[in-house]
Amino acid sequence: MNLTLKIWRQKDATSAGALKTYTVDGISPDMSFLEMLDELNEQLNEKGEEPVAFDNDCREGICGMCSLMINGQPHGPEVTTTCQLHMRSFKSGDTITIEPWRADSFPIIKDLVVDRSAFDRIIQSGGFISANTGSAPEANSVPAPRDKAMRAFNVATCIGCGGCVAACPNGSASLFLGAKITHLGELPQGQPERYTRVVDMVGQHDHEGFGGCTNIGECAAACPKEIPLDVISQLNKDLRTAMQMGL
Amino acid sequence: MAFLDGTTQTNQPPVQKSDDAAGYYTLGAPLVDPVAPTGPIADRWKNRKFENRLVNPANRRKLDIIIVGTGLAGGAAAATLGEAGYNVSTFCYQDSPRRAHSIAAQGGINAAKNYKEDGDSTHRLFYDTVKGGDYRARENNVYRLAEESANIIDQCVAQGVPFAREYGGLLDNRSFGGVQVSRTFYARGQTGQQLLIGAYQAMERQVAAGTVKQYTRHEMLEVILVDGKARGIVTRDMVTGAIDTHLADVVVLATGGYGNVFYLSTNAMGSNVTAAWRAHRKGAYMANPCYTQIHPTCIPVTGDHQSKLTLMSESLRNDGRIWVPKDPKDADKDPRDIPEEARDYFLERIYPAFGNLVPRDIASRAAKYQCDDGKGVGPLVKEVDEHGVERMVRRGVYLDFTEAISRLGEDGVREKYDNLFDMYARITGENPYETPMRIYPAVHYVMGGLWVDYHLQSSIEGLFVAGEANFSDHGANRLGASALMQGLADGYFVLPNTIREYLADGPFDKIDESHPSVVAARTEVEERINRFMTIGGTRSADSFHKELGRIMWEYCGMERTETGLKKAIGLIRDLKKAFWSDLKVLGTADTLNQSLEKAGRVIDFIELGELMCIDALNRRESCGGHFRAESQTEDGEAMRHDDEFAYVAAWEFGGEDGLPVLHKEDLIYTAIEMKQRSYK
Ligand SMILES: Cc1cc2nc3c(=O)[nH]c(=O)nc-3n(C[C@H](O)[C@H](O)[C@H](O)COP(=O)(O)OP(=O)(O)OC[C@H]3O[C@@H](n4cnc5c(N)ncnc54)[C@H](O)[C@@H]3O)c2cc1C
Ligand code: SF4
Ligand code: FES
Repeated sequence: MNLTLKIWRQKDATSAGALKTYTVDGISPDMSFLEMLDELNEQLNEKGEEPVAFDNDCREGICGMCSLMINGQPHGPEVTTTCQLHMRSFKSGDTITIEPWRADSFPIIKDLVVDRSAFDRIIQSGGFISANTGSAPEANSVPAPRDKAMRAFNVATCIGCGGCVAACPNGSASLFLGAKITHLGELPQGQPERYTRVVDMVGQHDHEGFGGCTNIGECAAACPKEIPLDVISQLNKDLRTAMQMGL
Repeated sequence: MAFLDGTTQTNQPPVQKSDDAAGYYTLGAPLVDPVAPTGPIADRWKNRKFENRLVNPANRRKLDIIIVGTGLAGGAAAATLGEAGYNVSTFCYQDSPRRAHSIAAQGGINAAKNYKEDGDSTHRLFYDTVKGGDYRARENNVYRLAEESANIIDQCVAQGVPFAREYGGLLDNRSFGGVQVSRTFYARGQTGQQLLIGAYQAMERQVAAGTVKQYTRHEMLEVILVDGKARGIVTRDMVTGAIDTHLADVVVLATGGYGNVFYLSTNAMGSNVTAAWRAHRKGAYMANPCYTQIHPTCIPVTGDHQSKLTLMSESLRNDGRIWVPKDPKDADKDPRDIPEEARDYFLERIYPAFGNLVPRDIASRAAKYQCDDGKGVGPLVKEVDEHGVERMVRRGVYLDFTEAISRLGEDGVREKYDNLFDMYARITGENPYETPMRIYPAVHYVMGGLWVDYHLQSSIEGLFVAGEANFSDHGANRLGASALMQGLADGYFVLPNTIREYLADGPFDKIDESHPSVVAARTEVEERINRFMTIGGTRSADSFHKELGRIMWEYCGMERTETGLKKAIGLIRDLKKAFWSDLKVLGTADTLNQSLEKAGRVIDFIELGELMCIDALNRRESCGGHFRAESQTEDGEAMRHDDEFAYVAAWEFGGEDGLPVLHKEDLIYTAIEMKQRSYK
């Protein structure tokens, strides 16, 4: 396959960036999207032009490190991570536009790499269960109903990629937040801190500059782990309850 | 031999007769674990926890701990040590600790809970692990691991890890390769992710509490030794390029494994050996580097462009049946059109007792031999053999779920393995619910790593090593679901108890940034980076990495020979020269520069690769993940030589142009008797 790539190049956080056009040929449909970029980088290196910086690590769709807006969509046209997107989703002759995540709360570091540390700070604000090591009760002493445990698991699969934020016209991280609130809130172990957690996490979310949720649903449509939109309802419900409790 | 404590050694100390690696190494003094406990095995860890001195809570605040790596081992250690009140700093190269490679683990984590009442116990888990490791692990460490396993599950459940559950709300488990009891806890095919998120959240809680300081996108490039003790590290801020020194009372490396030395592996792209290798060059011994685990159930290679291989969890072997067509001419046929009688379920045929659940090394080699014999399936790929001759081979065998689907229904299979099936479909473009998957072995895990004593302290005082980065618990072969267990046992339960014994002597004399040793370490790093930037050659770091990978896989992969290994050592030495004269790194060192990051990792892999080949050459026996063609039984099974090699090979750095020095730590068994392995 032969492709034309329009890629956002930006030297560092403070420089201005711009789209630059490259062509690559000899791309196999079995390549992953990132392997296609590896190929481009190898060619750039040969020509003496600095390779394009992009984030990635596991290349298995599980670490959440890869990002990229591909033709205006987070992770591209399929519902998956960028590393699991394969070139068979494109045709020879296509022009592909590749940009970094778009969101003020994820500032650009270089080229396609952005800073997602706001997510860590949201977790620090309450996205955990306080269980000191060594003081845990016997695991089976607290049964967890299977349907609740299943739901907890299904939303705990969020990989923290930030695609939901990049997809949202408001730059809201509500899907990410809702996934964590729901994961911990569905389990018996998560009950004691349930309502302080939601207040603290929403507070941090807003403090980081993420926008409010207006129920557009782009986040869930773009989420590679198919986190359902109703986690945001659960988030709102828990938040309401917390308010009623005066928290 | 009988010990004073009443225990008796069940094995004879080894005496090596062969010397295949003569000329490639020098022999150093024998090594013993100076803090190995004795007495009845079930009491050793309990007693040690009691004997180790305490650090009073008011003093803990004054003690600084550096932890490099925030995977399961490092994350768990940071959470626990932070909670205990020490002043902890953590480092990782990703943008968030939640992305450590541990996140990719799929299958599960073992624990001797005996929830199924199927005869499991601490002792059985201990026994299975030592046997599975082909008697090349330390009995003391493995027993402790088995003992702590049950606590790990309790801890993780309390943190909200959503393990699979039965209808009654209790925890579910399944069985895993090489084992006949159901002791594996899992969260669908994403166990590593869920466990890591648990450890990460526990650690972030400490960040909020102010006991843990977290440095992301920071790569450790050197350890700082003062008076022979590890007192800090040198890092590069991967965003600004700033070289910084961080000082502490004790340093922990939890930096994962070095499987990427093979270029193609199931490891994350950034997984590297740099932290361990830099420590090795400063005096930390590297133990059993040649022990590499090859995993049987990966998606086969499709072409030269490939950057990594993807594992399909081993749990698939519980329900999937592995076969190849009896007649090579059937390779191109749709597998569904090949009738039962024309299929060879080779694992079930050769190993009727374990069938498709034989240990990984056996399953892997069996698949390789089928393909070597021309019975493989999938696309023909080009290969170059040891004599430089090209040939076309099919590298794949079928993993068939037809029977499982008829037994459990498609939904039943979906519930168990859904995300794995999706991943397979995504990568290959084929639907595994309809047609059998194709699998082939790939490099997956390394059992070798920095040598540590029972307290997880390396041969450098004050430098502790945890998780996959150390060598201690898996011997020559790791059983499934035991790496996660080791990482968490080390992090949550072992280090917090052993580091306090070390820290009870602290706080140590304060040192500052201007100390000559600190300045020297920092200068070393700066000069090295400058050297990478100014070679001005023609080849990318990646191209050297790929070439190294081909050499390692061909000569130090699933099967090794004396001639092949010697050839590989020559090739690697040439590659190293080429690297230093022909590397090209563009851009500058004072911004994010991924080519520069790779260059540093690749040269460390090249040096490690040479040592792996020397270690493999020395060990003229086959055991676990190390298969020396010269040492096999008449029917092609691995043949160990306990009389010669029942030792840990701990290598000391011999200087820039010197030979590595081999220290042997004899393995002592008192609670277990060595047996020849048989899975037939
Ligand atoms: C695909 C796959 C599936 C697996 N499945 C299973 C399974 O089902 N069960 C099981 O028990 N095991 C499994 N394993 C093995 C297991 O996942 C790993 O052995 C284990 O997670 C390693 O954990 P760790 O904490 O030692 O290291 P890692 O999780 O690899 O963490 C390494 C850490 O070190 C940091 N680091 C490394 N170098 C540096 C440096 N120079 N400077 C700064 N930071 C650095 C990284 O940023 C990271 O934080 C699997 C492995 C793979 C590849
Ligand atoms: S909710 Fe989905 S899109 Fe958002 S961070 Fe999690 S996995 Fe990514
Ligand atoms: S690189 Fe890990 S999810 Fe894509």
